[in-house]
Amino acid sequence: MHEVRTNELDSSSAPTTPAVHYLNATHGAASWFFTKDHKRIALLYLYSVSTFFLVGGIFAMLVRLELATPRGDLLSAETYNKVFTAHGVVMVFFFLIPAIPAILGNFLVPLMIGAKDLAFPRINLASWYLYMTGGLFGVAVLVMGGVDTGWTFYTPYSTAASNSHVVLTALGAFVAGFSSIFTGLNFIVTIHTMRAPGMTWDRLPLFIWSHYATSLIMMLGTPVVAVTLMMVVLERTLRLGFFNPDLGGDPVLFQHLFWFYSHPAVYIMVLPGMGVISEIVAAFSRKPVFGYKMVAMASLGIALIGFLVWGHHMFTTSQSVLAAVTFSFLSFLVAIPSAIKVFNWTATLYRGSVLLDSPMLYAIGFIGLFTIGGLTGLFLAAIGLDIHVHDTYFVVAHFHYVMVGGTLLAYLGGLHYWWPKITGKLYSEPWAKTSAVIVFVGFNLTFFPQFVLGYMGMPRRYHAYPAEELSWQVLNVLSSAGASILAIGLFLPLIYLTYAAFRGRPAGPNPWGAYGLEWETTSPPPTANFEVTPIVTKPAYYYAPEEH
Amino acid sequence: MSHSTAHAAHHPALQHHFDTLEQQQNASTLGMWWFLVTEVLFFGGFFMTYILYRWMYNASFHEASHELNVWLGLFNTAVLIGSSLTMALAVRASKTGEKSQLVMFLILTLLLGSVFLGVKVIEYSEKFTHHLVPGAHFQFHDATLKNGAEIYFSLYFGMTGLHATHMIFGGFVLVPLIVMAARGKFGPAWYTPIELFGLYWHFVDIVWIFLFPLLYLM
Repeated sequence: MHEVRTNELDSSSAPTTPAVHYLNATHGAASWFFTKDHKRIALLYLYSVSTFFLVGGIFAMLVRLELATPRGDLLSAETYNKVFTAHGVVMVFFFLIPAIPAILGNFLVPLMIGAKDLAFPRINLASWYLYMTGGLFGVAVLVMGGVDTGWTFYTPYSTAASNSHVVLTALGAFVAGFSSIFTGLNFIVTIHTMRAPGMTWDRLPLFIWSHYATSLIMMLGTPVVAVTLMMVVLERTLRLGFFNPDLGGDPVLFQHLFWFYSHPAVYIMVLPGMGVISEIVAAFSRKPVFGYKMVAMASLGIALIGFLVWGHHMFTTSQSVLAAVTFSFLSFLVAIPSAIKVFNWTATLYRGSVLLDSPMLYAIGFIGLFTIGGLTGLFLAAIGLDIHVHDTYFVVAHFHYVMVGGTLLAYLGGLHYWWPKITGKLYSEPWAKTSAVIVFVGFNLTFFPQFVLGYMGMPRRYHAYPAEELSWQVLNVLSSAGASILAIGLFLPLIYLTYAAFRGRPAGPNPWGAYGLEWETTSPPPTANFEVTPIVTKPAYYYAPEEH
Repeated sequence: MSHSTAHAAHHPALQHHFDTLEQQQNASTLGMWWFLVTEVLFFGGFFMTYILYRWMYNASFHEASHELNVWLGLFNTAVLIGSSLTMALAVRASKTGEKSQLVMFLILTLLLGSVFLGVKVIEYSEKFTHHLVPGAHFQFHDATLKNGAEIYFSLYFGMTGLHATHMIFGGFVLVPLIVMAARGKFGPAWYTPIELFGLYWHFVDIVWIFLFPLLYLM
């Protein structure tokens, strides 16, 4: 079935767009809001997740504007608390966690394994409605005045002191959590039961492996945070005491239950990104991913070890020394599978015919930023260092490098890589390359100074800092300037990708000359994905061997 | 995948994105089992909390558990195990295609579930009259054990409340299943919804099997 691809793009015949595809098969609002087609649901997610990203980004800009000067002159301390809480809640629960699985995963998982749809199309649609319901709760809270707990809802502040919008915010995260559980469930069952003939486990694209591992975390972690948030709501509304010391409860228990999910949640964000990078690196090096099996197993390894490291968020609580040392060791351990991936991508690039198209620029940016984020994670896994930089901007910089530098760049890279497949159109490559460079520069200018700030002792979550610390202001101004550059870099794709969707040239089935089932069908694909169920006879990434 | 009969392949219940009923049933069953795994973890947060506070407030928990009515709890345990039995018989009837038996056993399951919830209402109202509901009006005969007892009753209401919510949800699913069964939708070729609901119902039963000794007997 598969032809061995060569390096040259097919230029003999101008590509055309199929007459009937999933976008124009049916018309009207109802055909979208009640669709059971995974590709349309992916687009519903694309619109809503992008909207939340914009909302979260506006709050991020407010934070950076406030911190450009040492005095808290733009926002009051109370408003600032609400702004960074809104930024955190929106970005974590409504952008970073759903971005790649719900948009790219939804679109690509069935296509990549040669299935007609996900196993449970109605549950898939329901999970979008759950996501929207949770999001509307969050928006309602913003309209009513916001919460100031931080996205972590730490007790007893959240249950006894903060305002009662905590209930609605927690319910929003709770409902969005179920959306996440159902998405994970759908992926796992689909990958198990609906692979095309010949698509054996050792031929699965690494994108699929990473979504498989992500789905495991979604299903095993999310219920725990769901019940924890439920307990917060019960404590807040019915005064059932679980975490409030006044009622005999233990706030540290909340932290254990919360981080049992919320640390693995980092891997929910970054593992799908790693899957995207594997696809892009292989396609633009024209080589199979080096050590395919190791990369696939590393995904499962990260998922497994990710569940055992939550205690490194609690080095400064009442946790015992033995527990702290254990969690420290396990946190170091998670670096191994992550490093395997980085080494293997690098080895894939080695002596490949590397093409620096825009998705590849994002992928290379990802590898750089994720490496910095990962290495600074080792600093935080070391107990002594962690106590020094705990709750400082060092931590802020670290998790932004992993979650934004990792997840966001992979998401943008994936969006560019599969945009011709999703829309059937080609976008402007020069614009795309420009924006990739702007994002990379803006990102580093925003977050690298924060490592220094944190090391110098600037605490997170403060709306002002001492004016006599001149170097703090210099670094903060750099960071705020970087945020503006980053904003431009993120705004450009919105324009040229949207423009391309309407006015771009037809992409043809396989504009990159890439290998994989999703490139075998038309762009955009028909509603049933494939005219004829494909039969797989070759391993993943069967690129032509190099000729020298 | 191609060995199912042509009759089964054209079954009205076969959805367009599956090739065979067998594949569809495998997917549904796997999905249900995974959903139950998430349910275990969902309840797991409460069980973790119970274990921790049991250890912190052993004496209070011991004393507070005497406030529960063991006989009502025991009665409800029997009712629930009975409903598990009728549910299992319903699954069997759906596989053998005995329609009237299927309808009868599903109705019995619904009735027994309702009895369980009715008894729960009686138990809850007793707690209200004895001021054992956590909050401003909570009273406990031994003031030194009050904090732990309040935590105990928080867990009691949280855990049994979550369990009862699952029972109520199950009841709402049972009603359309009974209607579908009466219309003869299920038979040896396709009984997936009955089988999967059976798994759910047994799960809810098993949670209670843990809740009863932890809350009433220890």
